Amino acid sequence: MTRILIKGNEAFAEAAIRAGCRHYFGYPITPQSEVMEYLARRMPEVGGVFIQAESEVAAINMVYGAAATGARSMTTTSSPGFSLMQEGISYMAGAELPAVLVNVMRGGPGVGSIQPAQSDYLQATKGGGNGDYRLLTYAPATVQEMADITMKAWDKAEKYRNPVLILVDGFIGQMMEAVEFKDEPATEPVEHTWAVGIRKEKRPLRRITSSHMDPADCERHNRHLKAKFDRIRKDEVAWEELYTEDAEVVLAAFGVVARVCRAVVERARKEGIKAGLIRPITVWPFPYRAFRQRVRTAKAFFVVEMNEGQMVEDVQMAVGYDAPVYFYGRNGGIVPQPNEVASELQKILAGGVTPREDRI
Amino acid sequence: MKIVFERPNTLTDAVTHYCPGCGHGVIHRLVAETIERLGVEDRVIAVPSIGCSGALGRYLAYDSVAGAHGRGPAIATGIKRALPDAVVFSYQGDGDLASIGAAEILHAANRGEQITVIYVNNAVYGMTGGQMAPTTLLGQVTSTSPFGREISTTGWPMRVAELLATLPGVKYSARVCVFDAANVIKAGAAIRKAFEVQLKGLGFGIVEVLSQCPTNWRMAPRVSVKWAEEHMVREYPLGEFKTPEGDSQCNTR
Repeated sequence: MTRILIKGNEAFAEAAIRAGCRHYFGYPITPQSEVMEYLARRMPEVGGVFIQAESEVAAINMVYGAAATGARSMTTTSSPGFSLMQEGISYMAGAELPAVLVNVMRGGPGVGSIQPAQSDYLQATKGGGNGDYRLLTYAPATVQEMADITMKAWDKAEKYRNPVLILVDGFIGQMMEAVEFKDEPATEPVEHTWAVGIRKEKRPLRRITSSHMDPADCERHNRHLKAKFDRIRKDEVAWEELYTEDAEVVLAAFGVVARVCRAVVERARKEGIKAGLIRPITVWPFPYRAFRQRVRTAKAFFVVEMNEGQMVEDVQMAVGYDAPVYFYGRNGGIVPQPNEVASELQKILAGGVTPREDRI
Repeated sequence: MKIVFERPNTLTDAVTHYCPGCGHGVIHRLVAETIERLGVEDRVIAVPSIGCSGALGRYLAYDSVAGAHGRGPAIATGIKRALPDAVVFSYQGDGDLASIGAAEILHAANRGEQITVIYVNNAVYGMTGGQMAPTTLLGQVTSTSPFGREISTTGWPMRVAELLATLPGVKYSARVCVFDAANVIKAGAAIRKAFEVQLKGLGFGIVEVLSQCPTNWRMAPRVSVKWAEEHMVREYPLGEFKTPEGDSQCNTR
């Protein structure tokens, strides 16, 4: 075990190296540039490839090319850059190529701000590019969790032959925390039966494409992808719960906001308020069942995000009309403070807040 | 019986979807012949474009990686950087390379990526039905320049081979055509040089191949060749603009 103090963005980068990633393509954008800067130095040390692309559009397509050879490849970006990558991500999902993508979110829309936000939840979880596809999307809340998720991300990407997205707010990307990197090596990259490359012994040709010009073929391919996404839904959904069994009000948050809410819940418990917390670790697949199983016992759900309400739609979908869902959000780079969330919770419990309703 | 002429092994016998008189078939064949003469067919990874040549993988028997419109040089970069022993080429049309993929081609060339680019310029968007391209000739009527291409709204025809030849990372840049037998042979020689630049690890190589598009030019195949010889070659001079040995040597026809 090595325990080091490291910035979230650098933890991504170091974990990627330890997971066997040797191909990085990226474009500078705040607040993720430390990933690039770290790998610009680190990749040559391990004989890897580091290319600063001319744009995020080019970076994701370089990932596409490297991933097509079976190489463990990665790109990292922040919100506006992630929008530019949507074309390549859609093509990768269609062509079934594995890779690991990181979006260190900032305020939007457009240029927005460069400070931390959770403004791209819907883009990440509902499909940002064209066509019928999903990305297994993790939302780590600590630098340690960022490192741990990154270490296993290529295994998941390769298992499902689909890109894996790590969605993190700029706060986690920028903060420094102690991280333990496990000494055991990550899974060795395997030789894939689908990857293009030097053809030894006249093996059959391999063609990587998302093109299916015959409508029946395209439909068949989409159904094949759907079956795969259903397997991910069933097997990969992950979440954390705190005091939810007897909770009368269940808070829900991801990323750094979940840490704020944890503090709020702990304090509320000390004051005799039966509060609990559900923290989705995967935001796609979303842990709907974690919410469903609390509908009978909880009197209310309270979602806190660093946006104007995106994940709250998934909570509403899970809870249905069986309990009110409340929402509190800060935006544009402002992280909600425990005090303001606690005060909003008090108001909710006192009946002074109108529930959030997006199903108008 | 002595065989004096046959189909290259890596040019498949699939019936192509190309229109009568189209240049792609000839160019595919030149690529396949070159690769086989160089003896590297088992190391080739092709990157088809979006457009008429998007179905390249059906006609050329190599591993292939097809991606988005214009992004071929970025995809080829990823492949070549991951597999330096592979022989990587992108095959792109003029809409793909000179318009939507202008940034990707320029920067792949500027990095001196060790890839080969076969750039087919037929002055229109073929697959989508003959719209104006950056390469469309001034005055040329297309479905999106119905009164003829004019400078004030669309600028000038883009000369890619000359443009890329200015970049130090580019070690071979030439323009050829496939309008007659003599030029087809010259085109084959240029394609070979562009692949040799990659095999020697020198840098980036591109061959711009002028080709006819009878369907979208609304011409009979023979008329289209005559028109191309008269008009296209005037706008797009043939020759080598960069070779590993020397500076620009522009031999107009």
